[in-house]
Amino acid sequence: MSEARVTAGMADTIPAVAGDKTPGRSGRAAKARPARPGGRRKRLELVLLLTPATLLFAGFVLAPMALAAYYSFYNWNGYGTLTSAGLSNYTSAIKGTNFQHSIWHNLIIVGLSLVIQLPLSIGLAMLLNRNLKGRAFLRLVVFAPYVLSEAITAVIWYQMLQPSGFVDQILTSVGLGSQVHDWLGSTSLVLYTLFVVITWKYIGFGIILLLAGLQGVPAELREAAALDGASSWQITRHVVLPLLGPTIRIWIFLSVIGSLQLFDLVWIMTRGGPAEASNTMVTYIYNFGISQQQYGFASAVAVILFIICFAFALVYQRFVLRRDTEGALTRVVG
Amino acid sequence: MRRIRTVSLVAAAAALALTASACSSSSGAKSSSSTGPVNLTWWHNGTTDPVKSLWAQAAADYTAAHPNVKFTVDPIQNEQFTTKVPAALAGGNPPDIYQQWGGGQLTSQITSGKVMDLTSAVASWIGQLGPTAAGWQANGKQYGIPYDLHVVGFWYRKDLFAQAGITTPPATMDDLNADVAKLKAHNIAPIAIGSKDRWPDAFYWDYFAVRECSTDVLKQASKDLKLDDPCWTKAGNDVKAFLATNPFQTGFLGTPAQQGVGSSAGLVASGKAAMELQGDWELPTMEGLLPNGTFKSQMGWFPFPSVNGGQGDPAVALGGGDGFSCTTGASAACPDFLKYLASTAVQDKIASQGIALPANPASASKLTDPNLQQISSYASKAPYIQMYFDIAFPTNVGQSLDNAVADFFAGKGTPQTIVQSVTNAGSGGK
Repeated sequence: MSEARVTAGMADTIPAVAGDKTPGRSGRAAKARPARPGGRRKRLELVLLLTPATLLFAGFVLAPMALAAYYSFYNWNGYGTLTSAGLSNYTSAIKGTNFQHSIWHNLIIVGLSLVIQLPLSIGLAMLLNRNLKGRAFLRLVVFAPYVLSEAITAVIWYQMLQPSGFVDQILTSVGLGSQVHDWLGSTSLVLYTLFVVITWKYIGFGIILLLAGLQGVPAELREAAALDGASSWQITRHVVLPLLGPTIRIWIFLSVIGSLQLFDLVWIMTRGGPAEASNTMVTYIYNFGISQQQYGFASAVAVILFIICFAFALVYQRFVLRRDTEGALTRVVG
Repeated sequence: MRRIRTVSLVAAAAALALTASACSSSSGAKSSSSTGPVNLTWWHNGTTDPVKSLWAQAAADYTAAHPNVKFTVDPIQNEQFTTKVPAALAGGNPPDIYQQWGGGQLTSQITSGKVMDLTSAVASWIGQLGPTAAGWQANGKQYGIPYDLHVVGFWYRKDLFAQAGITTPPATMDDLNADVAKLKAHNIAPIAIGSKDRWPDAFYWDYFAVRECSTDVLKQASKDLKLDDPCWTKAGNDVKAFLATNPFQTGFLGTPAQQGVGSSAGLVASGKAAMELQGDWELPTMEGLLPNGTFKSQMGWFPFPSVNGGQGDPAVALGGGDGFSCTTGASAACPDFLKYLASTAVQDKIASQGIALPANPASASKLTDPNLQQISSYASKAPYIQMYFDIAFPTNVGQSLDNAVADFFAGKGTPQTIVQSVTNAGSGGK
């Protein structure tokens, strides 16, 4: 999502810059005639290059969003006529305990990601940034799960987490038989089981991102700090971490949006069960909207999810990411 | 109203990114004469053999007998029908023949105005299917034709029963509870269930309701979607009492019904659990999971036990079936083709290949598998076959029932919340 936004921002920047230049040039070119068709050609070029993307974006992103908003005010089972529902789809969603629990589950995943995944990623990235033996291999190992599709990850872990499956056998064989639990069948445990799988899958992405960020920390600064007598913890805390800030902030953005939109993994591993204990907002849409053919209701929940994601994205961009993009994107875009 | 509807058709077509032709009208384009060349598009869920080749052969044979009728056969993954059919019926170019499970979903589909009323076309021969055909009726009209019949009951392992010292399959709930205790005493998981998929849980509630409620109450429920009779709550209490005996395998809440050897079907096929309440389709499902398994000779079947003091006739069965509907744009060849599928020419193959129980009772004698023969004779003696409630009720009501029962299996809710889920969804609640 963020990548798409950044690209869109850049796409906006290019015509804006071009637009700035054109009047100046055409002003000068008012006397020299041949420059005029050049401007037209440039505009034609822009139209040619931008139209396909704009049409696709409008047809497959904006139009479905507008339609979902439209349907959310009606009751519709997929057949026959729409009947007006007013705001009832929204009110019954917000009042429903299953929906509230689904949002709460999303928030738990977001919270756990920030508290557990982030420090873990930073630590592992710093470790892998050192001159270790077999560093390339270790990086590969850590990054490998991210390359798997969510569906494959879900099926693999689903099989391993079956009662007396691989995980239970490993625990028993190392003498932790008392720690064997009903990983996916217990309503109090299932969400945390899923979080472990999510962490396994996405930690590699965070590490790669942070490794790239660490490349941007100049060695001179660390050396200078070391010469001034800073301990390695002080160097990490006061030199490396602040310079990693932009990367960490982007990671948080991606992680939160990803956690809010969590679906594939949960759907394949638990279908939101047992007893809705692992429903996320999107599995809720599927369970209570699509499966029950209440497309109006499903649309209303989708709109709520969109508003939550969009509001977060805007606020985060405005108040957190702005300092990283200041002068590069923010000035031209907004 | 009319304008809104047009908007919704166009919108649905755009939103689901259907083909560009979705908004065009197709009904005029097709010939309704039975002599001109006709092409029938056929959506069915037989993506694998033997069903896939059965339908391919049926289409080829029909074309051989009626050279003017050709088919475009389109096997579609079962789960896709729930989204593809509404989209196709809302758009202007639906298939001529499509998979139809009847019940409340059929009633919803009729509101699109695109499902063909077959009543007069099939009047002369529909009687030979017996009471089965009723599941594909709505408002007294025939909108679909079943080609097979399903009945839910207990599949069990004869070897595991013998190991636990059980000589005859249980006939009452007391017998079943005693057998569960015996199996547990021998460290055998008594019953496998795929609770992750939710609908297997509903089979238990459904059957307890069928045993507790009189046939009239059962029939009325699908009409007014109100479960006022106390028998419905008693069904929930029965489920509660049964769950208290802890009859299922460990971790059953996370077990799927049909995927992998760890599924409930796989557990029975591999001899890790002794029983499973499932449809007659269980054997082919198991074969898919454990090819060359030796389970087949060990499998037996018994009907859902009787419940003490229940109002229901203990011979009433829970089931359903598969069928096809024609759409309004299809030619008269469509109902004629459905007649062919329901005739013994095709039905004999369904029976002899062990694909399912044939919808046409005349072909039941062609069943070779002893278990299927037993199920078929049980079904033929049943005074009434209640369609699984999740199919019999409109989709939103049926699914909310399944969800409520699944929650109950996981310890959330009460027998009353199950009843309320139906009443609430039936009156438009979400």
